Amino acid sequence: MTSYIIRRLLLIVPTVFVALSFLFFIFFLLPGDPARLIAGGAERNVDPGVLERVEARYGFDDPILTQFADYWERTVQWDLGESFLTNRGVNDILGDKAVASLRLAIWAIIIEIIVGIAVGLLSAIRRYSLSDRITTILTAAASAIPVFVLGFVLQYIFAVQPNKWDWPEWARLRTSGIGPDSWTFFFIPTGEQWRYLILPAITLASVTTALLARMTRGSMLEVLRADYMRTAKSKGLGERDVVLRHGLRNAMLPVVTLIGLDFGTAIGAAVLTEFTFNWPGLGSEIVTSVQQRDLPVLLGLTLAVVLAYALVNLVVDVSYAWFDPRIRLGKGEHA
Amino acid sequence: MTLIEQPTAPGHIDVSPESTDVADLGAARPLRVDVWRRFRRNRLAMVGLAFIVLLVLVAIFAPLIAPYGITERTSGQARQSPSLDHWFGTDQIGRDVFSRVVYGARVSLRIGILATAISLGIGLLLGATSGFFGGATDTLVMRITDVFLAIPYIVLGVAIATVVGRSENSIIIIIGVIGWTSIARIVRASFLSLKRLEYVEAATALGFSRLRIMFRHILPNALQPIIIYGTIAVGSVVLTEAALSFVGVGPQDPTPAWGKMVADAKSSLTNAPHMLFFPAGAIFLTVLSFVFVGDGLRDALDPKLK
Repeated sequence: MTSYIIRRLLLIVPTVFVALSFLFFIFFLLPGDPARLIAGGAERNVDPGVLERVEARYGFDDPILTQFADYWERTVQWDLGESFLTNRGVNDILGDKAVASLRLAIWAIIIEIIVGIAVGLLSAIRRYSLSDRITTILTAAASAIPVFVLGFVLQYIFAVQPNKWDWPEWARLRTSGIGPDSWTFFFIPTGEQWRYLILPAITLASVTTALLARMTRGSMLEVLRADYMRTAKSKGLGERDVVLRHGLRNAMLPVVTLIGLDFGTAIGAAVLTEFTFNWPGLGSEIVTSVQQRDLPVLLGLTLAVVLAYALVNLVVDVSYAWFDPRIRLGKGEHA
Repeated sequence: MTLIEQPTAPGHIDVSPESTDVADLGAARPLRVDVWRRFRRNRLAMVGLAFIVLLVLVAIFAPLIAPYGITERTSGQARQSPSLDHWFGTDQIGRDVFSRVVYGARVSLRIGILATAISLGIGLLLGATSGFFGGATDTLVMRITDVFLAIPYIVLGVAIATVVGRSENSIIIIIGVIGWTSIARIVRASFLSLKRLEYVEAATALGFSRLRIMFRHILPNALQPIIIYGTIAVGSVVLTEAALSFVGVGPQDPTPAWGKMVADAKSSLTNAPHMLFFPAGAIFLTVLSFVFVGDGLRDALDPKLK
């Protein structure tokens, strides 16, 4: 087990290296010149002297390979450089934005797990019932709505309707921004914070919740037919024990795999959600940095996302062993 | 044989006429007849198929259907609510939303189909090579897919889009290049299991070339998951295109891309929600249709799965 984890951790290194190097070179092919941008904007005429100083200051006049080597030398020491535009340290920005993203993500995951598994489970047990049919259609619908459209619809409902119909004060939710940014225990919103949190959290959760519900249903249906379920029932176990202890745990195995694979989708959804709701997290910062060609910010934040993605997949693989003790990691071949 | 007419059981309504013939039961029927019969029973899939057919017709006959041009402005009529003149209202500079949604079907279908074709091409080639040869080739290809999967698709998409420009064609290439990894994995998995079967061994013993074995013998048997995934992929391409348009790297303005229209609606959400609902509805129905048809195909191609 330990050797498996170590081997997997070592594999992350080349993947991250190639991925970031790829982005690094792509951004050197960009039509816009970052030096010109820093010196005063892409469209304006810039004093050549200023341009030269900017180039020297940020090392743009070095050959690209030197810049590349410098970039990695710094990155290895976890010095992510500073923003071209604001001179703020990227480590600093990362710490700041990652916290906001994480808080939003935690709530989305809580919604996803509770709603997704419950709905999938009920659907599987009452297969072909009315509620199962409705769930099937709703989950398909949720995965077909672009995240930002759902966000806009929620914004429309909660920005326009309360005034029109004079909603009570407690039902009024905020549709943009992070608000007072006040939390306890890292992720529990305090004061008015929850009004800002609910809509983006629901939006972010929508896609993955639908996927999770679909997967749980499918996987559970398979498990319900298994021999050991009949055995458990004939032992005289109660329905609840059979379904939850014997069924759900076995049904979770393929579901966990797919959650890992869909983490990429979740990151995409997070970027769009944060952008839609002006939530000041990693996602909206990444979009802004691409649009402004702020290379250090982009690469630094992407590094964090890529690392997180790799680690999540590792955790997913390791958790197989927990869900299914028959799987012994690290022996024989693995993919 | 004709004397022993099978009495039709009460409650046995959905049996189609050809299968009531007893002699027919043992006879080999082309697979597609069976598949179509099973597919037809799936109501959601049929609704999806009907919508896709409608969409294709709309795309082909767009100039006949759309009452206005895509750039035609009615002056002084920006952000008008739906009316008899403008069925879906007008947008922020007075263009007819209905006409733009109709022409948008062309953009979305073109991007959806061509980008999926590119993904299928790359994914098939790499997945087949990887699964068939195994060993170092397999490791290399799988590491490349890892790298592509490691970069969030939005970041990758936005990055490439900034380099290759923002025309409709570059969006097709970008989405095609981003989307091949899942197809490569699916194809690889099928090839890995199929290449161990006896008929492949037989073909090898007969001295056929590897290329022939890969593409004439194994590929036809690996097609089912590819067809199913490919259908659903068209829908997700439409979604990705909308997302890229939304963050500002999609096709540029006069192009009536649905995602772009939704993004334009952002600033007029409170006073002109129709600008959001119609193009968003078009995206939604299109994606949903492809998902339903893909699901229906899966159930029809592999009845065991259901």
